[in-house]
Amino acid sequence: MSRPPRFSRSQRMTIVNGILLFVVLIVILQLWLLTATMNAYLGGDTAILVPAALASLACLALNLGLLRYLVKLE
Amino acid sequence: MSRRDLVSARDLVRPAAPAATADGQTTPPDGRPPAEQPKWRRDFPIDWGQDEYVSRRDLVKFMVLTSGAFAVGQAYLVLRSARDRGAAAPPVVAIARVDDLAIGEARTFTYPEGSTPRLLVRTGDSSFVAYDQQCTHLLCPVVPAVAEGKLHCPCHNGWFDLATGRPLAGPPRRPLPRVLLEVRDGTVYATGVEERT
Repeated sequence: MSRPPRFSRSQRMTIVNGILLFVVLIVILQLWLLTATMNAYLGGDTAILVPAALASLACLALNLGLLRYLVKLE
Repeated sequence: MSRRDLVSARDLVRPAAPAATADGQTTPPDGRPPAEQPKWRRDFPIDWGQDEYVSRRDLVKFMVLTSGAFAVGQAYLVLRSARDRGAAAPPVVAIARVDDLAIGEARTFTYPEGSTPRLLVRTGDSSFVAYDQQCTHLLCPVVPAVAEGKLHCPCHNGWFDLATGRPLAGPPRRPLPRVLLEVRDGTVYATGVEERT
């Protein structure tokens, strides 16, 4: 017997819109980070590379967490 | 026109059946149950609410994929930097005789072998400057304007200072990479490349 959904469809729609907003904001942040890092790297400044990569990976982890929550909503 | 006729006309424009149930489920325009719908509608039922939900969810997945691509790009820069760090120091190479260039003249060369073109400019009796010839904006070749003490990128009208290689005007924001030079016994040697921000 399948369990009834935790949220109604309209509630899920609101949740997916909220998650989409967060994910898009994080992706824009990553884009900015990659642009700034590339500029520094091409200018010979390599000290920023590892912290920027860690920050980008943290953003990816956050996005994957949000996606996992979205999948669990089904 | 009687009052009764007016009422009938108002009935004609009464609101259509609700488009969705309380849970957002799309209902057919005539409001009848699905089993009573015409065959074409039963064959191609479109639930607009569900359609919108699925498309938003798919967009989230695509954006997460984009996020992964950015993270991979950052990791690639780290790997490439580690590889560059392990590379040997550039060699000292003779690139021109002092007498080969008159004051104000320029020539291109590669340093180290196989690099992008570099630009050597004689600015005085014994003074030379050398930079990467590619503009730091979109890699167009820069042209020396020695009389004005500048380097010009004609693609987007970018200008660099000839003495320092720093951007003066236009879209470029980073200075041109500088080739370190040494003049010994009438020969100009390249000894290294300095990347700058």
